[in-house]
Amino acid sequence: MLQIHYFASVREAVGRDREQIELPGDVATVADLVRHLRTVDAGFERMIGEQEQVLVAVNQAVAGDEGAVADGDEVAFFPPMSGG
Amino acid sequence: MAQVSVQAEDFDLGAEYRRLCADAPGGGAVVTFCGLVREYYDVGGADEVRELRLEHYPGMTEKSILDIVRQAEQRWDLLAVRIVHRVGILRPGEQIVFAGVAGRHRGETFEAANFIMDYLKSEAPFWKKQITRNGSEWVNIRESDREALSRWQAADDQASARK
Repeated sequence: MLQIHYFASVREAVGRDREQIELPGDVATVADLVRHLRTVDAGFERMIGEQEQVLVAVNQAVAGDEGAVADGDEVAFFPPMSGG
Repeated sequence: MAQVSVQAEDFDLGAEYRRLCADAPGGGAVVTFCGLVREYYDVGGADEVRELRLEHYPGMTEKSILDIVRQAEQRWDLLAVRIVHRVGILRPGEQIVFAGVAGRHRGETFEAANFIMDYLKSEAPFWKKQITRNGSEWVNIRESDREALSRWQAADDQASARK
């Protein structure tokens, strides 16, 4: 299973703050997961189209397209941070 | 010694300062920074902010702030660091963030506080949404905040080029 979290404008665009999915067999990296979600989830696909920039964290650390994704991981999608 | 608190409640600047001093016996310098909620954020229109909603990623927030503090500790000889960041609903003029650094000397202590705030603004997972008379919108990172980061990174590149 993968735990997926959405935050801020990404959460609003997707319409939910979290979900659990079975790790698809062909997903090993962040880029694979994004490709998978864009294909199976119209809300996710629309969000990617609307957002200027989407960042990804795997197990609470920011990861690039080649970042590894494995069963049991926590993956989060969010816009650039704006704290302080 | 680094302490991080992400909380809805307000904080007392004097109490934070005293805790920092108690954590850093023998230190010669304490720098404290306090960020306040603005009346206007430069996004879209120039409507007065009624409230700011602060969202964060519990768990990653604390981890990423501690990581920023650790990077500062590698650069400078620091004695204690305290960071408080508020979340939830805030109004203009309210305190939003506290960064306190105790060190041995003024120069490095100022630098470390500045470094921590520069990184906190763009690497800790907080997001601000402003609510105005006309609706609401997410606040984006400012260009000047991105530039502040590239300044530290350029300093690093120069340092490694000299080695």
